[in-house]
Amino acid sequence: MTDEAPFFRTDWVFDNLDMLALRTAEHVVLTLIGVGVGVLIAFPLTLLIHRRRRLIGQVIGIAGILYAIPSLALFGLLIPVTGIGLVTAEIALVSYTLLILIRNGLAGLDGIAPEVLETATGMGYTRAQRLWRVELPLALPVIIAGIRIATVTTIGLVAVTALIGQGGLGFVIIQLGIRRDFDTAILVGVGLSILLAVIADRGLVLLERALTPWARAQTEGT
Amino acid sequence: MTDPGLAPALAASGSVVAFEHVTKRYGNGPTAVTDLSLEIRAGEICVLVGPSGCGKTTTMKMVNRLVEPTSGRVTIDGADVASLPPVELRRRIGYVIQQVGLFPHLTVAENVAVVPRLLGWRQPRITERVEELLDLVGLEPGEYRSRYPAALSGGERQRVGVARAMAADPSVLLMDEPFGAVDPIRRERLQNEFLRLQARLRKTIVFVTHDVDEAIKMADRIAILQVAGVLAQYDTPDRLLAAPASPFVEHFVGADRGLKRLSLARVRDLPLEPVVTVAAGESISAARQRVPDGTRWVLVIDARRRPLGWVAAHDLKGDGGVDPDMAVPGSTLLQPESTLRDALSAMLASSVQLGVVVDEQDAVLGVISVAAISQTLQDGAGSPQP
Amino acid sequence: MEFLGDVAAWFTDPANWTGRDAIPLRTAEHVMLSGISLLVGVLIALPLGVFIGHTGRWAGLVVAVTNAGRAVPSVGVLGIAYSLTLPFIAAAGLRGIGTLPTLIALTALAIPPIVVNAYIGVRDVERDTTEAARGMGMRDWQVLRRVELPLALPVILAGIRTASVQVIATATLGAIISAGGLGQYIVVGFAVRDFPMMFAGSLLVVALALTSEALFALAQRAAVSPGLRRASTRLGDTVAGLGL
Repeated sequence: MTDEAPFFRTDWVFDNLDMLALRTAEHVVLTLIGVGVGVLIAFPLTLLIHRRRRLIGQVIGIAGILYAIPSLALFGLLIPVTGIGLVTAEIALVSYTLLILIRNGLAGLDGIAPEVLETATGMGYTRAQRLWRVELPLALPVIIAGIRIATVTTIGLVAVTALIGQGGLGFVIIQLGIRRDFDTAILVGVGLSILLAVIADRGLVLLERALTPWARAQTEGT
Repeated sequence: MTDPGLAPALAASGSVVAFEHVTKRYGNGPTAVTDLSLEIRAGEICVLVGPSGCGKTTTMKMVNRLVEPTSGRVTIDGADVASLPPVELRRRIGYVIQQVGLFPHLTVAENVAVVPRLLGWRQPRITERVEELLDLVGLEPGEYRSRYPAALSGGERQRVGVARAMAADPSVLLMDEPFGAVDPIRRERLQNEFLRLQARLRKTIVFVTHDVDEAIKMADRIAILQVAGVLAQYDTPDRLLAAPASPFVEHFVGADRGLKRLSLARVRDLPLEPVVTVAAGESISAARQRVPDGTRWVLVIDARRRPLGWVAAHDLKGDGGVDPDMAVPGSTLLQPESTLRDALSAMLASSVQLGVVVDEQDAVLGVISVAAISQTLQDGAGSPQP
Repeated sequence: MEFLGDVAAWFTDPANWTGRDAIPLRTAEHVMLSGISLLVGVLIALPLGVFIGHTGRWAGLVVAVTNAGRAVPSVGVLGIAYSLTLPFIAAAGLRGIGTLPTLIALTALAIPPIVVNAYIGVRDVERDTTEAARGMGMRDWQVLRRVELPLALPVILAGIRTASVQVIATATLGAIISAGGLGQYIVVGFAVRDFPMMFAGSLLVVALALTSEALFALAQRAAVSPGLRRASTRLGDTVAGLGL
């Protein structure tokens, strides 16, 4: 670290607690909308592809292309169409989650032992029952892993939305920090988004554990 | 082969399953099953056996419509299986496969309860039934009910699979190499227990295996299939061994048919010989007095009369207590349902040529000797079943 | 649409092809920023990842640190690099105030995916294969060079590809600290509400990103032994996707 006299201005932090809280809240909301809508779209898409595997190439291809496009560029392409605002930001954020969520969803469903599926059918589950009562519960760990990755990624991307007028911690990092050469703001902004990412990640891990009690059973001898 | 001595009068709770000129062809490709016609009587175990590619599993799967016949029909109690929606049909038929396929995310109790739940049973009835079934397959309900499959051993999983298949009390059971995934010793035990179960329940069972010895042991009737699902012979095990219908059958059954016929007789068909036992910790001098002259081997048992090993009679000298560590381990323990074939293999592998026969609690019942079995071989193969 | 006409006009305007803000210049800057950081990142991360994959040492630590690093937003990395280098810019002698911090930030961002994939790629080469190699008398480094690396190649390339996506994206953001590159068009365009420029800049960035992806796809296919081809596309993609 540099030894500029007062490098980190704790007084500034305390003076601006309510602003920081507000920006953090904005960040959380933007993330929740992004991941939430992403899941809402990815879920039926995943089930559709699972049923009709031929689609897999096209959908993954499109999602993959979207993923490779830098977020700033995506904003730049969207703004003339959808204007400057929340919708534009969310369209981009959601697009980025799609590849991760769909890939993980498919991997989860594909990873189920075939004998479990065969037995389920042989015992008299309908296709729908098999999906909801057997396949999805068993695919859950991988699906949640995907949601974790998507969430952490989105938290990072929300920061960029500050460049197109959205708030969140990106506002703190860029407008208050970089643009004004203000180190404290940069560090606080980054620190808070790391904190958010860690909390979200750990929270989802706990959720996964709660939803999959069978994953912890160990084989006792044979 | 089910026990005829035990309640033949019990009405079979199984259905009649019949194949009528069933053929299965995949597209323009190979024929899996060719014009198969056979009838499985109610309450019987019919074993489908043959080399790989003979269509035995395909045939079995046509009963619960996991595979649909290209021509011909399969009936249960006279009704074409195609007349019922497949899902409903499958809920009335038990299904067990080699890898079991227990649902990892459900507890043992929930696994067993799957079909009853699909059928809409009320919870109290389900709970009771689960308890009953776990007991039936030898798993203590209190201990196993809430366990997850990942915490079970291979043998335990197999049992849960059987319990699960029987949960809704189906009249037909389909079993595809159900005991294939465990080691031979455990497999023998599972087979014996299953035969005991079947003696009580008398379900109609279609059983697939590639192991002709298992077929001989388990079947009331065996259907030997050739490549492309051609029926080579459909007969009781005894008639199959005594009179193979073709060179293929003869070859498949194996050149050691005489020895195989030993599989038809069970340990309980022979009179059990008494054995001299001493308890672990018993005083040697007291024990020595009970040993008649000429006895070579003495069996050491524990407080519950379970065998611990053999001690040579002349080694019982000196003072002190009978030390179980002195005992030489004998062959694997035999049960009354064990075939003479299994008994002979077990005994020949041990240094003491006697097989200890135990009951369900592993308590000693008596012994049989290699000599007695050889005598049986000479007399013809034990008491053939009608 | 009239707007697209404006965009086309921007592209054909000769003023945009000369001077400090010229399209070729900005493109070159972007490519340079991305390319150099990626190269340096590979030089640092690849040996490290291969090492911990081959020997298994420090694996836990490195993976944990990398995972932690994933939680830091790329903008944040840029910002921290910026604040760190601010005092030293004068001595750097590089063009533009933001070039150095951007290079640092991009390199830092490139390292995690490359390390992780190299580690997993080498580690997951089956023991049987390496033991057979050793059994045939290969020395340790020969096993590495002739067996493990070729087999791990698909996964490693997937990691570098992932890193490249990150790098190109963040290089675009470098515009906010005046690092140059195509991001300038977008950021400045937004600031002065010159939407045709903003849109055109975005198109250029997209073109660059997709070109890079296409090149990597080709490289992956070319560099991977035919024997591995079927496994590679699935695994590489999955690792890149899941590890991201």
